[in-house]
Amino acid sequence: MTSMSMNMDYLALLPEIVLLTAAVLVLLGGSFLPRTRQVITRWLTLAALAASATAGLAALARAPETIFDGSYTIDASTTVVRMAAPLATLVVILIGRHEFTGSARESETYALLLLATLGTVIIGGTTDLLVLVAGYLLASIPLYALIGLSRSGPAAEATLKTYLIGALFGVLLMAGVTLLTGLAATSNYLNMSKSLGNAPVAALAGGAVALLIGLTFKAGAVPGHFWIPDASQASGVAVAAFLTTVPKIGALVALGRLVEIMPDTVDVPLLIAMLAVISMTVGNLAALAQNNVRRLLGWSTVSQVGYLLMPLAVITASDGAWLALLAYIGLYALTNLTLFAVVACFPHREELDDWAGMARTHPWLTGTLIVGALSLVGTPPTAVFIGKVAVFTVAWDGGMPWLVVVAAANTVLSLLYYLRLIRPAFRTPGFSPQHGSRGTPGVALTVSGTAVTLGFLVLAAGAVGAGIWLVFLA
Amino acid sequence: MLSIVIFLPLLVGAALAVMRGLPARAARLVWLATTLADLALLIVLTFTASTGAGGLRAEERVNWMPQLGSSYHLGVDGLSLPLLLLAGVIFVVCAIWSLRETDRPRPQAALFLFLQTTCLGLFAAQDLILFFLFFDLSIVGMYFVIAGWGHGNQRHSALVFFIYTFLGSLALLLGFIGLYLGATPHTFDMVELSRHGAFTGTPAAAGFVLAAIVIGLAVKTPTFPFHSWLPPAHTDAPTIGSVVLASLLLKMGTYGFVRIAMPMLPDAWRSWAWVIIAIGIVSVLYGALVALVQADIKRMIAFTSINHMGYVVLAVGAAGVLGRTTAEAQQLAIAGAATQMVSHGLITGALFLLAGVFYDRTGSYDLRQYGGLARPAPAFAGFFAIAAFASLGLPGFSGFIAEFQIFTGSIGTVPWTLIALPGILITAVLFLRAFQRVFTGETKQLSAGFADLHPRETTALAVLTVLSVLIGIVPGPLLAMIEPAAKVLVGSLTP
Repeated sequence: MTSMSMNMDYLALLPEIVLLTAAVLVLLGGSFLPRTRQVITRWLTLAALAASATAGLAALARAPETIFDGSYTIDASTTVVRMAAPLATLVVILIGRHEFTGSARESETYALLLLATLGTVIIGGTTDLLVLVAGYLLASIPLYALIGLSRSGPAAEATLKTYLIGALFGVLLMAGVTLLTGLAATSNYLNMSKSLGNAPVAALAGGAVALLIGLTFKAGAVPGHFWIPDASQASGVAVAAFLTTVPKIGALVALGRLVEIMPDTVDVPLLIAMLAVISMTVGNLAALAQNNVRRLLGWSTVSQVGYLLMPLAVITASDGAWLALLAYIGLYALTNLTLFAVVACFPHREELDDWAGMARTHPWLTGTLIVGALSLVGTPPTAVFIGKVAVFTVAWDGGMPWLVVVAAANTVLSLLYYLRLIRPAFRTPGFSPQHGSRGTPGVALTVSGTAVTLGFLVLAAGAVGAGIWLVFLA
Repeated sequence: MLSIVIFLPLLVGAALAVMRGLPARAARLVWLATTLADLALLIVLTFTASTGAGGLRAEERVNWMPQLGSSYHLGVDGLSLPLLLLAGVIFVVCAIWSLRETDRPRPQAALFLFLQTTCLGLFAAQDLILFFLFFDLSIVGMYFVIAGWGHGNQRHSALVFFIYTFLGSLALLLGFIGLYLGATPHTFDMVELSRHGAFTGTPAAAGFVLAAIVIGLAVKTPTFPFHSWLPPAHTDAPTIGSVVLASLLLKMGTYGFVRIAMPMLPDAWRSWAWVIIAIGIVSVLYGALVALVQADIKRMIAFTSINHMGYVVLAVGAAGVLGRTTAEAQQLAIAGAATQMVSHGLITGALFLLAGVFYDRTGSYDLRQYGGLARPAPAFAGFFAIAAFASLGLPGFSGFIAEFQIFTGSIGTVPWTLIALPGILITAVLFLRAFQRVFTGETKQLSAGFADLHPRETTALAVLTVLSVLIGIVPGPLLAMIEPAAKVLVGSLTP
C-alpha cells in the first residue's frame, strides 16, 4: 500500500475538494450569518455545485487515470457521477426553495446536502474497498439528518428506520469488505481480481454477496429498499427528491465496478439479475396500491433501480453495458427530479385525489407531470425511453433475454400506476378544497419554472439530448 | 418535404394547445385548414417526389443516435404512400365532422393534430426506433381521446386500451431489439434490415423474434385472440376517435406485417406462414360471427373490423407460402392486402361516422330501438346503405377490389383458404339485417323525430364514400402505386 509510484495529484480531485470546502464554508458561515442573511449560504452552495460539476467535466480533457495508488479512478463513469450528482443536488436546492429558504436550519441543510453529494461522488469514483466504506458513511449519515429535518412524527420514524437499515447494511458492507480484503490481500480493485480467482469459493461468495447487498441500501434496490418509501413520504419534498435520486448515482457505478472485478467462480451476474427482477417487481407491485403521491414515487424508484441493475448483470458480457448504465442513470435522474419538482409546487397535495382539476388550473405543470410519468414508463420520445432501449439491448446482447422479457412485462405493470398519477389531474375537483385547490398561494415561479424547464428537458432528451449524451459518453 | 408533411400538424397542434384565449370557432377552422394544407402537400409530394437509390421516394436521412444504430430516416413507397394519403383524408374528414363541436374544441383539435403527426410519421418511418416512437405516441394520443372525449365507461375502456396495446408495443420493442442484435453491424435501419439475409441469427432465434413482432402487431391489428380491447374502446370512444382508431391505428398493425415482419424475417415468415394463415381465417370467421349477434351498432362495426383485418392477415400469410408458379398469386395477395387497408379505412370510417349520428341524435347505439328510420332521415339511410354495401364487398366499391385480390391470391397459393369465404356471406347477412331492422318498416321508438344529416355530415360522408366508389370503379392508379412495392416484397420472400 505504500508503494512509491503513488500519483498524488491533488488537483485531479478538484470537484471533490470544491464540494468539501463549500460544505465547511456553508456550515461555518451559517453559524455566523444573521438569520436574515442565511440566503447567502444558498448562493454559495449553488455556485459550489455548479463549479464542482464544471470541474468534473473539465477532467474529460485528460486521459483516464488512477490516482492515489489506484484508490481513485477518473474515467468516464466517474465523470458522469461527478457531473450528475452535483447537478441533481443543484436542482434539488432549486425546487426546495420554499422548503429550505428561511427555515430554521437552512445552512445546515445545505451543508448536509453537499456532504451527501460528496459521499456519492466518492462511492462512484473510488476503486478501493476501504475508501468505499468511508464514502458509504459520508453519503449515509447526512441522509439520516436530512430525513429528520421536517421534525414530524412520521419523519422521526422514517429517520429511525433509515438509520437502522443503514447501520445494518453498513455492517454487512464492512463484513464483505473485510472478507474480500483478507482473501485478496489487498483492498484495491485493480489488483484484486487476479488473486480472488484462486480464493475459496464459499468465502468469496460470502464476501461478494455481503458487499453487494450492503450497497443496495444506497442504490435503493431490494433488499436495501425498505427506507425509501417511508423516507420519501415523510421528509420534505426536496429532500425526498434528493434521496431518491442522488445516492443511487454513485452506488450503481460502484456496483458496476465491483461486479466487473468479481472472478467467474461466483455467479455474481445472476445474483444481480435476480436482484433486478425482484426490485422491479416488488417496486411495481407495491406502487400499485399507493395513494400518497410521494410514497408512490418512492416505490417507483425502487422499480426503476431494477431496470438500472440490468446492465450491471451483463457488465462483463456486453460491450455497451457501461454506456447503457450511465445513459440510464442520467436520464432517470432528470426524469425523477422533474416529477418531484412538480410535486414540490404543491407540497400539501399529499394524496392522488388532491390533484383533481390540475389540468384546468395549471396546464403547464400538468403537461410536465404527463411527460415525466410517461418518461418513467419508457414512452418515446422521452428521456427514459432511450435508457430503456439501451438497457434492454445490452441485457439481451449479454445473454439474458429472459431478463428483458421480465422487464418488459414489468413495464406494462408500471403503466398502471404511472397513469394513476396523471388521471386525477383531469378529474373535476370534488369537495376537498381543504388544501386550497387553486394552488398553494405564492408557489414561486422559480419552483414551477424549474419543473416546466425540466419537463422540456425530459422531452428534448429523448429526441435530441440522448444523441448528444451518447456521443459524450462514447 | 416529407418532414414538413409529418410535423406541420404537430406544430399547429402545439400552437393551438398553448393559445388558451383562442375562440372555439377559430380553433376549429385552423384545424380544418391545417389538415387540408397537409393533404395538399401530400398530394404534391405524391406527384413530384423523386425516387432515391433504395427505391424509396422523398427519402430523408439524418444522423440521430449513431451509437444505437438509429437514424432519423423517412421515405415512402407503394405500400406506405396509399396509407399516408388515407391518413390525410381521414383527418380532413374528422376536422369537417367537428365543425360544430362544442366540447373543448381547442384541445380536441390539438390532440387530433398530434395524432395526425403520429399516423403520418409511422407510415413514413424507415427506422425501427422512429417507427416505435410514433407507434407508442399514437397509443398515448388515443388514450387521451377516449378518456377525455368518450362516453359511457370511457375511463375504463381507455385504460384497457392503453395497457393492452402498450403490452403489444413492448412485445414489438423486444422484437425490434432482436432484429437489431441479429444484424451485423447492429442497426435499427429498416431499409438495411430488409436487405436479403440481414438477420443472421439461428432459425430458432428468428422464430422468437418473429413471434414477438407478430404478437405486437396482432394486438394492434387486432386479430383473434388479441382483440378484446377493441370493442370497448370503440364503443366508448367519441365518433371521430373511433374513425381514427379504425381507419388508421388498426392499419399500423397490418402495415407492420408487410413493412417489418415479412421483409426482415423472410425465412421465419415462410416457416410460420401457416400459423399466420390460420390466425387470419379464425379472425375472419370469428369476427363475422360475433358481429352477427351484436345489437350495439358500434360493437357490430368493431367486430366487422376484426373480420376485415382478418382478410389482410390471411393474405400476408398466404403470400409467405411458396410454390413453383405462385409469384403472381403472392403478389396479388399482397396488393389485395394493401388495397384492403385503404378500403377498410374509407368504408369503416364512414360506418363509424354514421354510428356517431345515432348517438348524436338519440344517445343510443342499440339497433333494436330503431325502426323505419328511412322515412325521417332519407339521406342518412342512403349513406348507411352505401357504406354497408361497400363493407360487405359489393362490386363497384373498393372493398370488392381488395377482397377479390386477396381471395384470388390466397387461394392461388393455398387452396384451403377457401374456408374463409363464408366470412363474406356472414357480413352480408349482418349488414342487410341491420339495415332492414333500422331503416325499413314503420317509424317507431327512437326513430321518431330523428333529424337527417347536416351539411357538414353529408360532406364528410360524401368524401369517404366517393373515394371508395372511385377506387372500386377505377382501381388502376392505386394498384399501379402498390404493385411495384408488392413485387419487391415478394422478391424478398423468395430465397
